[in-house]
Amino acid sequence: MAVPIADLEVRLLLEAIFDRYHYDFRSYAMASLKRRLGQACDHLGATTLSGLQERVLHQPESFAELLQYLTVQVSDMFRDPEFFRVLREQVLPVLATYPSIKVWVAGCSTGEEAYSLAILLHEQQLLDRTIIYATDINSVSLRAAASGVYDITRLRSFTENHRRSGGSGSLSDYYHASGGSAIMDAALRRKITFSDHSLATDNVFSEVHLVTCRNVLIYFDLALQERALNLFGEALVDRGFLGLGSKESLRFSTVAPLFTEFALAERIYRRKASS
Amino acid sequence: MKRPIDLVVIGGSAGAIEVLHRVIERLPGKFGPATAIVVHIPAEGPSLLAEIFNTQPGLKVKLAEDKEPIAGGTIYFAPPDYHLLVEKSGTFALSLDERVHFSRPAIDVLFESAADAYGERLMGVILSGANVDGAAGLKAVAAAGGVAVVQSLESAEMIAMPAAALGEVPGSIEVDVAGLAELLNNCAQQRADDGR
Repeated sequence: MAVPIADLEVRLLLEAIFDRYHYDFRSYAMASLKRRLGQACDHLGATTLSGLQERVLHQPESFAELLQYLTVQVSDMFRDPEFFRVLREQVLPVLATYPSIKVWVAGCSTGEEAYSLAILLHEQQLLDRTIIYATDINSVSLRAAASGVYDITRLRSFTENHRRSGGSGSLSDYYHASGGSAIMDAALRRKITFSDHSLATDNVFSEVHLVTCRNVLIYFDLALQERALNLFGEALVDRGFLGLGSKESLRFSTVAPLFTEFALAERIYRRKASS
Repeated sequence: MKRPIDLVVIGGSAGAIEVLHRVIERLPGKFGPATAIVVHIPAEGPSLLAEIFNTQPGLKVKLAEDKEPIAGGTIYFAPPDYHLLVEKSGTFALSLDERVHFSRPAIDVLFESAADAYGERLMGVILSGANVDGAAGLKAVAAAGGVAVVQSLESAEMIAMPAAALGEVPGSIEVDVAGLAELLNNCAQQRADDGR
């Protein structure tokens, strides 16, 4: 990274952001955060992080720009097709036994995962009695997610992922192309509630049957990871399901005893029944 | 080399797998430092790297996991399609941040974070490869007081990567395969002498 950054500067910036804007990045994993802050300095034309801090504190629009670097927005539809295959074949049949189903996509970014789940649920004839809550802290991402508009060039890999996950129909049944964009079906969009929620500062808002939080915990330090996992444990019904990213696990967490391994390779866990 | 090395980071691309094979088979069964390796490989499909290199009975070879404590005597590979980073707490972290030099995992990301976390207790090694990933990382290793090592151009199958690294860190130690094995063995010996 071109801009040298001291840990102290990072801590000061994060405290300042929390104080001024109430976004709490203080428990994010430091190494990757530092890297993204370095990129932010480069792209926003700051020669030091302290310089960036001054700007961010006095210009809310600069903070809005910085926020896009602090929150990561990599997401694909049906990313890790095997994960969705196991959801389809092993998890949804259990969820189908509930009269109504609630799903929480925590850290939904621009919505790809939420739409994937909506499609999956629709294919199993469960979407009508499902509510999907998709939450994130980044309002720009949330707006993009709610609009359900994606660059059409991304749909090719999404379609391939969907097929590999065992999708029964064609992904093209769920969007229409317009110009260079794919616009997700309004019927799907209606079933997803996109809203602002922070795993660092907010609490549980609903009881749910399935939580997916994939490739979010890798950006948290251990303490924040524990907080998030505890929220999921609290939100989930007895024997509800938790899906993590393919390189995330409960292995280094004290929350592990709260869950059993359901499909370890796909990182799907099941909350134990409370005794 | 005076200081004990606690972590060795190695990066390579085309032509590096063969070198790693030959170096790892020459390591002592009790190799004290931890080793973290980024090799550019296709993102798709399960990574067999750990299995391929699990040939040395005394050495543990595995894919690095998020938040995993870094243990001496273990060789860690970056999992496919994730950046591998080192935290100051002595644990690994993974990220899906954008590609660096078209690569994820990227050598620069591992080396720069490791330099920040381990400073002069770090050795960085750039092997054969066909792009320039790793040069900035090796510079960070050297700037933090770590030991910079580059595969000699004569011994490298592809020279773009080691040449770029040498361009950034002209004072790097240049080694061929046997030289690298010897260097790493000396490292382990030094730690053993220090009672670590």
